[in-house]
Parts: sequence; structure tokens; C-alpha cells
Amino acid sequence: MDKNISFTLKVWRQNGPKEKGHFETFQMKDIPGDTSFLEMLDILNEQLISERKEPVVFDHDCREGICGMCSLYINGYPHGPATGATTCQLYMRRFNDGDTITVEPWRSAGFPVIKDLMVDRTAYDKIMQAGGYISVRTGSAEDANNILIPKPNADEAMDAASCIGCGACVAACKNGSAMLFVSAKVSQLALLPQGKVEAARRAKAMLSKMDELGFGNCTNTRACEAECPKCISISNIARLNREFIKAKLKD
Amino acid sequence: MWLSNSSIGRKVVMSVTGIALVLFLTFHMSMNLVALISAEGYNVICEFLGANWYALVATTALAALVVIHIVYAFWLTMMNRKARGTERYAVEAKPKSVEWASQNMLVLGIVVAAGLGLHLANFWYKMMFAEIIGNPTLGGLEATDGYGYIVQTFSCPIFVVLYLIWLAALWFHLTHGFWSALQTLGWSNKIWFERWKLIGNIYTTLVVLGFAAVVVVFYLKSLCCGASCV
Ligand code: HEM
Ligand code: SF4
Ligand code: FES
Repeated sequence: MDKNISFTLKVWRQNGPKEKGHFETFQMKDIPGDTSFLEMLDILNEQLISERKEPVVFDHDCREGICGMCSLYINGYPHGPATGATTCQLYMRRFNDGDTITVEPWRSAGFPVIKDLMVDRTAYDKIMQAGGYISVRTGSAEDANNILIPKPNADEAMDAASCIGCGACVAACKNGSAMLFVSAKVSQLALLPQGKVEAARRAKAMLSKMDELGFGNCTNTRACEAECPKCISISNIARLNREFIKAKLKD
Repeated sequence: MWLSNSSIGRKVVMSVTGIALVLFLTFHMSMNLVALISAEGYNVICEFLGANWYALVATTALAALVVIHIVYAFWLTMMNRKARGTERYAVEAKPKSVEWASQNMLVLGIVVAAGLGLHLANFWYKMMFAEIIGNPTLGGLEATDGYGYIVQTFSCPIFVVLYLIWLAALWFHLTHGFWSALQTLGWSNKIWFERWKLIGNIYTTLVVLGFAAVVVVFYLKSLCCGASCV
């Protein structure tokens, strides 16, 4: 059994996108170590509700590391101090008795705060709509062995496809660039025969959408890959650069 | 034009101008090493690279590269600050894999640019510029006496220190810049990333040591042979 800890929680409160935010401090008592970070916030919100105060707004859905909603910046790290894990996969046993834990929303112009810790990540959906798909006639599925794909390519594509679109890469980036996300989405398709057909158009469309939405220029600082809960590699960014430059030179 | 209106295009401009400057530095450093071996040999090169049409064309192209690189550097930095937004994190931790240089390229670049200004005043002004305006003894020595100007400049401890600071900034700028430039061009993957980083570190160190050797050797020479700091 994990032992219980008590700590100070500093949480960002902000009423709306244009409002000025501030930190609010809470004392958390006797939280078991096997509580997940989001469950800990649930406990806080239960307390607030019972005191007839407004609960802290935070995003979450699956609570098992696959939906990418739980966008919290904890003690200086997107998704907290654990590596290769989302906020919902972070447990209180990572912290010590008497700690001060600071929780902030993603802070980047591309992701404006909606309320408290919840940010608007629809920019990512718009980038996906710009080209993060393949155009196929749906119908009965064809035989899986019709198109043979070399194992290393399949593996690389799967690694890229593990991106959950959480936005930690943007949150970590001093340039507010979404290149790790865009490159993962471009790579997962560019590596496979089905995606190659539209690869050039896709790279151009998704990148120009990213630029248009105001994300920054990547200067290869590597903060994104260090903070990505799915350990997406910047080798995907090299691939995106390659695809994009090739497409532009062909034009 | 995609080289100015797309983020990757803008980075390609940074990368290509940066690589061209690295190649120039490599040439310049090799040339400087001649000064360690032979004063006459060095001055033959200086004469060859005086105010001739080809040297002037090359210098103009070089100046254009530097200007484009610097203009894009400020432009990119401004755009990136805007993309970051106005709110700052209250607590920020730096992951181990993030190099210090990579987060301070503009500052390092500004130090490099300042060093460049000093360097132009110390040498270019007294040599190529002196020839262009037809006053070969503008700096006190003959315009083609590069060796003489080296002896003179590096007998002054203040210049020795300033040049070494300049070279240190350049080292940091390039340890990140080297692999970053190739990553930007898309010539990288998990294996090549490690290779470029290693090659970049070795290459940068050799180039910077080559430059530093001239500075230090001429300073030491001035101590024992008594060349005076003007
Ligand atoms: C001898 C002079 C210089 C050389 C050889 C050089 C080289 C490079 C290289 C190779 C890169 C990497 C390009 C890339 O990431 O795609 C770079 C990036 C950069 N340089 Fe320079 N540079 C020089 C001078 C300067 C100066 C004078 C400034 C600014 C005043 C500057 C500011 C920057 C900035 C802000 C970056 C962007 C960082 C990045 O995108 O990774 N540099 N430089
Ligand atoms: S690349 Fe990683 S950090 Fe960025 S959105 Fe995808 S999973 Fe999140
Ligand atoms: S809540 Fe779905 S990934 Fe965390």
C-alpha cells in the first residue's frame, strides 16, 4: 500500500478566454498514493461543491491515456513529471508529503484558455481536416495481405500513429510550434502505400493550416519529444520537412 | 513564395544560409592556419583576396548571406514569441535532452554578430576597405599585410579575450546549428540524428579550435617577442 500524503495545491483559475487568471491555493489532506492525479482533482472538486464553491474546470475523458484530453501542466511539465504518460496516468505516489504542486493550463496562443485549466484545442482538429486522412472508397474491407508493407515501415507508422493529439508538444515548445503533432500525423500516412498517393498534398495542406492558425516555426529545441506522453520522435519532423520540401520543389 | 510564407520554408532559408556560413568559416579557418606556418604565405593569400573583382563578389555574397540569416533570425524569433502568447508558466522545468544553446540561438547569434563587427573593424576595414578607397595604409600597415595586423591585434589582451568570447558563442551556436540545419532540410532520422550531432560537435570544435589557435599563438608570441599593443 502507498502511504497517504498531504500537500499544497496551486491551481490556475480563469473565468474565460479574455479574463485575467490567478492562482488559487488549496490544502489537500491525506490523499492516498494510488489516487490518480485526476481523481485527486475530483476529490478537490467534491470538497468545493460541498462548500458551495465553484469546482475547478479541467478537461478529461478516457482516463486511460488514449483520448489526449487531460491537458495539465504540472510543476513545470506538460502531463507532469512522469515520462511517457498522460496526466490521467500520473499517480500521487510520485509526489511527497509537504510538496507544493502547481497546476497550469497549456499556455500557447494556439490554445486559448476556455476556463480554468481547460484550453481550446480545436486548432488540432482544423489541421486534421486540412489533410490528415486518405481518400478511399469505403465498402467491404479488402484482404489485409493485398498490400504488403515492410515491417520497419509498419512499425514506424504505428509509432507515429500513437500520437493522441493532446497538445503537450505545443505546450512545451518555446516557439508554440505544433510540428511534432503535424509531423506524426503526416508520417503515419506517408509511411504507408495507402497514404503515399496524397502525401505531397497532405504535407502542404496540413503545414499551411498549422502556420495559418498561428503556431510557431520549429527551431529543433526537442522540448516536444521530451514531453510527449507517447514519446513521438523528432525524426518525424525531419520526415515532414522532407515531404514538404520535396513537394514544394516539385511545384 | 514558400521560402517566406511557410514555416518550413523560412527554416530552410535559415538552414541554407547557416550551412553556407559554416562552409565559409571552414575556409577562413584553414586560411588562418597558414599564418601559423608562414608570414609570407599568409600575405600572399591576403593579396590574392584583396580588392579584386572575385574577392569583392564573394564578399558581397557573404554579406548577403549574413544579412538574410540575421533578418530571418529576428523575424522567426518575433513570430515565435507571438505564437507562444503572452501568458508565461509560473513553474518551468527544462527536460535534460533540451540543449541550452537551442533555446538561446538568437542571443548567441547577437554575440556572434557583435564579434563580427569587431572583426571587420580590426581587419576588413584596414585591408579590403582600405584598398577599395585607395588608401592602402589606412590602418597603419600595408593593406595586404594581414600577418602584420594579426600580430598587432593579438598582442592586445583585450582583443584576445573578446575574440575568445566570440569563438565560444560561435561554438555554442554551431553545436546546435549544425544538426538543426540538417534536420530542417529533412536529412535526418533516428540514426542520422545521432551521427549529425556527433559530426557537428567534432566539426564545430575543430573549426573553433583552429581560429582560437591563431589568437592564442600570436598572443603568446607577443608576450615573448614583445610586439606592442597599439
Ligand atoms: C558565422 C556566423 C553564423 C553561422 C555560421 C550560423 C549558423 C547557423 C546555423 C547552421 C543554424 C541552423 C539553421 C537551422 O536550424 O535550420 C543557425 C540558426 C540560427 N542562427 Fe545562426 N549563424 C551565424 C550567425 C548568426 C547571427 C549573427 C545571428 C543573429 C543575430 C544568428 C541567429 C540564428 C538564429 C536565431 C537561428 C535559429 C535557430 C534555429 O532555427 O535552430 N546566427 N545559424
Ligand atoms: S506528438 Fe505527442 S505531445 Fe504532441 S499531440 Fe501527439 S501525443 Fe501529444
Ligand atoms: S483523459 Fe484521456 S488521455 Fe488522459
